[in-house]
Amino acid sequence: MTALTLKRKLAILSDAAKYDASCASSGTKTRDSMGGKGVGSTDGGMGICHAYAPDGRCISLLKILLTNFCVYDCLYCVNRVSSNTPRARFSVDEVIDLTLGFYRRNYIEGLFLSSGIIRSADYTMEEIVRVARTLREVHDFRGYIHLKVIPEASPRLVEAAGLYADRLSINIELPKDESLAALAPEKDAAGIRKAMGAVRLSEAASKEKGRKARPPKFAPAGQSTQMIVGADAAADGAILKRAEGLYGAYGLRRVYYSGFSPIPDAASRLPVRRPPLIREHRLYQADWLMRFYGFARAEIAGEDEDLDLAIDPKLAWALRNRGDFPVDVNTAERERLLRVPGLGVKAVGRILEVRRFKRLEMADIGRLSRNVGKLKPFLVAADWSPGRLTDQADLRAKVEPQQLDLF
Amino acid sequence: MPVVRLAHETDFDGWRAAARSLRQAGVAPHHVVWTVDGSADLFSPPPPCGEGSGVGVTVGCAEATPLRPTLSRQGGEGFRVPRPFVDLAGQAILHRSDERFDLLYRLLWRLQDKPELMHILSDADVARAHGFARDVHRAAHKMKAFVRFRLAKDDEGEVYVAWFEPAHRVTEATAPFFVKRFANMRFSILTPDVCVHWDLKALAATPGADPADAPREDALEDYWKTYYASIFNPARLKVAAMRKEMPKRYWRNLPEAALIPELIAQAEARTSDMVRAAPTEPGRRVVRAAVRNSRDAPWEGQAPTSLEEIAAGVDHCRRCDLWRDATQGVPGEGPPRARLLFVGEQPGDQEDLAGRPFVGPAGQVFDRALAAAGVPRAETWVTNAVKHFKHELTGKRRIHRTPNAGEVAACRWWLDAERRIIRPRVIVALGATAGLAVFGKATSIKDNRGRALQLPDQAQAVVTYHPSFLLRLPDEKAKAEAYEAFVEDLKLAWTLAA
Repeated sequence: MTALTLKRKLAILSDAAKYDASCASSGTKTRDSMGGKGVGSTDGGMGICHAYAPDGRCISLLKILLTNFCVYDCLYCVNRVSSNTPRARFSVDEVIDLTLGFYRRNYIEGLFLSSGIIRSADYTMEEIVRVARTLREVHDFRGYIHLKVIPEASPRLVEAAGLYADRLSINIELPKDESLAALAPEKDAAGIRKAMGAVRLSEAASKEKGRKARPPKFAPAGQSTQMIVGADAAADGAILKRAEGLYGAYGLRRVYYSGFSPIPDAASRLPVRRPPLIREHRLYQADWLMRFYGFARAEIAGEDEDLDLAIDPKLAWALRNRGDFPVDVNTAERERLLRVPGLGVKAVGRILEVRRFKRLEMADIGRLSRNVGKLKPFLVAADWSPGRLTDQADLRAKVEPQQLDLF
Repeated sequence: MPVVRLAHETDFDGWRAAARSLRQAGVAPHHVVWTVDGSADLFSPPPPCGEGSGVGVTVGCAEATPLRPTLSRQGGEGFRVPRPFVDLAGQAILHRSDERFDLLYRLLWRLQDKPELMHILSDADVARAHGFARDVHRAAHKMKAFVRFRLAKDDEGEVYVAWFEPAHRVTEATAPFFVKRFANMRFSILTPDVCVHWDLKALAATPGADPADAPREDALEDYWKTYYASIFNPARLKVAAMRKEMPKRYWRNLPEAALIPELIAQAEARTSDMVRAAPTEPGRRVVRAAVRNSRDAPWEGQAPTSLEEIAAGVDHCRRCDLWRDATQGVPGEGPPRARLLFVGEQPGDQEDLAGRPFVGPAGQVFDRALAAAGVPRAETWVTNAVKHFKHELTGKRRIHRTPNAGEVAACRWWLDAERRIIRPRVIVALGATAGLAVFGKATSIKDNRGRALQLPDQAQAVVTYHPSFLLRLPDEKAKAEAYEAFVEDLKLAWTLAA
């Protein structure tokens, strides 16, 4: 291990980190480096993706593991103890130097630090916290920090992590407790949920009003989690039900769905095949429908059902519920417009504004939405009515995309 | 035809002054020609100021004729336009399209007859201007993302220098972002349009530069490229998605982009190798862990003999299905020799997160009433009839649902164990569910509260309201009466337990 150069360590420990889908740098409070001694700013709203890899994923943070040595043996994980993957370990200073060096060159928004479990959960968590604390306190770093919480670590360390991090995450890993028990023997689904509950309570406590001494900010960008899709047999409905429950119980900002991807030196019990990218995409769309479009999970997919891969879940819902259509773009309330295939949250907002001043025609809608073809069978405008189109038996063939939009 | 010559490409103030005069003078948009000094309209050399128009409005040209007094008479002190228009114009003017001045003046002109125009986002001109503003916003965002500094040294020390080619003229507008981010770091961003420099005190702008003016290399770039190549997952190739967000026009100034062709070319082979590679045998550890798991997992069978066993067992309990949607089993708490044992219904949202009973809103009412009755909670055992949180989701909120008789019966196993181990003198059932759990049958609160009831195991029982019932009573008078009765019942229980 002494022979490893820093560059080689970086290669190993970023390769080991890439199966975590999250790279968001959004949703934290606004701050900057004016009046400080270091660098860093966050704008509160959307994050910044500094590059995109050819896998289409955003590169916003320096996403690395402190070490990929791990005592756990989670079958789906490239870093499990039984894998023959090359191992490395960063020193705290090395992580800090890379983070600051990258940040000053404007390569990144900040750091996303995770780690394999070495020695014990507390020892590992302590090391993670030490990096964040040094960045904040010694270097006055004001960029974004996302820390992975080791669920088995003591609450004191989770609390400390929340003081330095913008976001915390604990991966639920698999949609069913039974799958986790089967594939990740050392992990405990109940322990993961408890840790999420603890983070939720700390968040709430730091926002509590009316306390005399204002408690310090705790993870202002909240917490997120990740579920691996396709490593077990869970249906999409079960995955979404788990997500729905997590959003409700722990106020998660995001649930990430990560299609199980082939890894070097994979375990024999898992399906080593191309990652289900389209399925993953449909799950994200369904997730969006639950969070921003007022859909309940049960409307999108029953617990044992899978999503339709050929069309998006909103269109699929509309085709199943044609009785609710067409919707009159000039009179319908917001909730109903949001359910029209092809109309997004922004387009609906614009429609509502314009319609205070004029009756919308199809040409207007064409300038407010990019999907006129898709929405025509479902919408009535001043100069357009779909007539019998809405109820035609072959409507699906007419609105279905010619080919799948991902490969 | 009036020709307006603006001082430079992003001369918003010049455009605004000219547009104001022109509109007051009643010059229709299709009569105006907008040019920028220096950029020059190649086909028609700028006519002398005022030529070809009775109005003679020119701005920014060397021989500018002062605006004639007739103009100000016409429009008085000017006119008002909606704020969104001014904001939109300020953005759209940074667009590289030659149309922008004309488009914005046309909008200004049309606002006279149609003051609500800016709200009609589907209007062709409004939509186009918003399209420009969106392009500009995106260009600024991409500048924040894609500027790559290289470290250089000059007489004053370290300075970070970047060469960047923005899609639109956003450099000066975006510079403050970099100042805030790098307030304590000297930097320069060089672009073909304009360069901006931060010296730790002030932001300065100089004319556009040449790529050769920026440093050619930086020692850390190799590390960055290593990171870029390693974070890429070849099994998920999605080139179109990448190019949509990182358009090719930016690639030549992104050091990491040089790797893209090779990463794409190798992706297929790397993935096939991983898919084809023979799976490794599960290690001995996996086997051992599986054995250990199958031995420990189904925690069932013998009744617990200590409170610690109960706490551990409750958390892993699968006697009913409530554990699936709950965070954790919430065991009772208190001193093991408590004389008084309180039984609530089930944990609520807060109790589920914290893993402790009666810490949420109902817990606060409970604490208040205990204090009023003079009962020290720390000397009592507080637990619930059902140890997992039963709820349903309404939107993103978890709404309490009353546990059914089957769930109460399944969980009674734990309560009975608590009673057996603690052997309290008095058990207080808080609410109907607790009554069911304590007595094993439905027990009316109204008919039984306020007196001691005998239990078969020699303990006495008191039934009273559940604290959350007090929270829910809509009528203030009824609420006060019920609270008083509740406190009385607590006092009674404490006296019986003494």
